[in-house]
Amino acid sequence: MQPFTRLDGLVAPLDRANVDTDAIIPKQFLKSIKRTGFGPNAFDEWRYLDHGEPGMDNSKRPLNPDFVLNQSRYQGASVLLARENFGCGSSREHAPWALEDYGFRAIIAPSFADIFYNNCFKNGLLPIVLPAEVVEQLFRETDAAEGYRLLIDLEAQTVATPDGDVFAFEVDAERKHRLLHGLDDIGITLRFTDQIKAYEARRKQEAPWLFA
Amino acid sequence: MQPRTLYDKLWDDHVVHVEPDGTTLLYIDRHLVHEVTSPQAFEGLRINGRKLWRVASVLATPDHNVPTSDRAAGIADPVSRTQVETLDANCRDFGLTEFAMDDRRQGIVHVIGPEQGFTQPGVTLVCGDSHTSTHGAFAALAFGIGTSEVEHVMATQCLWQKKSKAMLVRVDGELPPGVTAKDIVLAVIGRIGTAGGTGHAIEFGGSAIRALSMEGRMTLCNMAIEAGARAGLVAVDERTIEYMRGRPGAPAGENWERAVAYWRTLTSDEGAAFDAIVELDATAIRPQVTWGTSPEMVTGIDGRVPDPAEAPNPVKQADWTRALQYMGLKAHTPITEIAVDKVFIGSCTNSRIEDLRAAAEVARWGLRNGRKVAAGVRQALVVPGSGLVKAEAEAEGLDQVFIEAGFEWRDPGCSMCLAMNADRLEPGERCASTSNRNFEGRQGQGGRTHLVSPAMAAAAAMFGHFVDVREVMR
Repeated sequence: MQPFTRLDGLVAPLDRANVDTDAIIPKQFLKSIKRTGFGPNAFDEWRYLDHGEPGMDNSKRPLNPDFVLNQSRYQGASVLLARENFGCGSSREHAPWALEDYGFRAIIAPSFADIFYNNCFKNGLLPIVLPAEVVEQLFRETDAAEGYRLLIDLEAQTVATPDGDVFAFEVDAERKHRLLHGLDDIGITLRFTDQIKAYEARRKQEAPWLFA
Repeated sequence: MQPRTLYDKLWDDHVVHVEPDGTTLLYIDRHLVHEVTSPQAFEGLRINGRKLWRVASVLATPDHNVPTSDRAAGIADPVSRTQVETLDANCRDFGLTEFAMDDRRQGIVHVIGPEQGFTQPGVTLVCGDSHTSTHGAFAALAFGIGTSEVEHVMATQCLWQKKSKAMLVRVDGELPPGVTAKDIVLAVIGRIGTAGGTGHAIEFGGSAIRALSMEGRMTLCNMAIEAGARAGLVAVDERTIEYMRGRPGAPAGENWERAVAYWRTLTSDEGAAFDAIVELDATAIRPQVTWGTSPEMVTGIDGRVPDPAEAPNPVKQADWTRALQYMGLKAHTPITEIAVDKVFIGSCTNSRIEDLRAAAEVARWGLRNGRKVAAGVRQALVVPGSGLVKAEAEAEGLDQVFIEAGFEWRDPGCSMCLAMNADRLEPGERCASTSNRNFEGRQGQGGRTHLVSPAMAAAAAMFGHFVDVREVMR
């Protein structure tokens, strides 16, 4: 997993509440058995005018000019600004895979769905919760200034605007540590092999039917 | 000892290790695997030369991509076929138990887990699927995970978790006839919103919940995720224990008595503290119908499509406006005037035997009263949740009732809940669906989904538009 430390990124706004993972990556693309290549199909049904299927040459498909991420001013964005309950619905990790493959490294919203939030951290993607009124301010500023960027510092847990406003955000110490260093969870967990085996030995005594 | 919630007890019994910030290494007893969210996990194990920690903890089945008709012909879509064959190969290579597509026990993961007694009270159970919350009906701590975590559980039998808050949703009183677990959970979501349970495990309690069958409790917990909660829970009672008795995976011999004694402790203690409590009066719940593109956009069958001008805030107003546009609905339209093109009875929410019986009862009523699936309804699918549910329904003659009434009787799978197989809505088609999500494009690009109970879906099929099943069946 790629580490996340600091990001000075162009911001793209997605002004909708309850953006679900079916919208982030529609089901037909879940048939892939790979972990990569989902970026061109992120927000597929909103982004293109035709119906997308796996295997299409996405560069030749008609873009929906009304979809915000298709506007030239947001090309190259790495920070997605979103509304409440972002990433609700299905547990598909294809959603963070698609966002990351698209080029996003951080998502800012007033709230996230739990499974999606958790999946982001496994993929070097930082979900940031900021109060609704701050998010509202960021939407206004993004809209007002072309090329609007935010400076995100995970170590300091801050988001800084071009005008010098600095907003602090919360993140679990353990998640932060692993993301800062790009650590692989399984590698860390296998250091606890003795504890896991001890738990199993005890549990086999207490609840033998679970191991029958 | 301080009184504990059911969630506290399940959590405490599975702690392996705690980090200073409270991040906990939690032991996972049971792991359900399907074809969509597992291939990259197996690939990860291979790349790193890792084995499964405990092969016996896994039960796998293909469900999302499988065809629901003419199964002997195999899967026509080559991409879907590859995914299912990849699961078969992975299960073979890693030595896992799989109910493959031609196995009579194959079905939707969340139907076969309980059916096999693989799901048990007191276990931690995960699956790369958000509707894993279903299994909480058995007082199991069950939740959906992403593919990285699927790989993690395979390799370590554990997950890193932060403890959630506990919410109690108490539903007291007697449900009126024709009102079901589906209507309870939709009413709950309508009340607290799709983010209302975020960060929480929801325990459902109260006399109306106690009165539900295990199937009903599964429907309820299944949609806890639609209220934002990763886990739903119902305490153990005699009904839970009776359901477990004799299942293939249930404890046997002296283990049965020991297990039952433990299971009986799986209730929230008197005086246990919840972080939030929501109360509903069961007697006031009407059959529910969603009108929008989020499960919280729901009203009673006697309601109307709301006016975005009356939304509580500007974000919701924009949300509702967009939803009505997508759904092709006008504000103030009575729900009973909404006509449907298709009907889908199935999904991990409502494809169990009791669901099929409820739908068949309406179909029987129709046949007695000279009604079949209405002329305007292009397709009405009944898709049982598993091969065993299908066999049970056929033994009761339900298949004949459905077929005679004009429904199509299919093979088990996720089917039109998310349209990864050939069963789907065409752009603009409107569907009365017993599934769990009415998101844009969920049942097919441009498709319009209205979530309802099985009885309500069957009634909509017979009339061609939504009707109050309570009046129909009176």
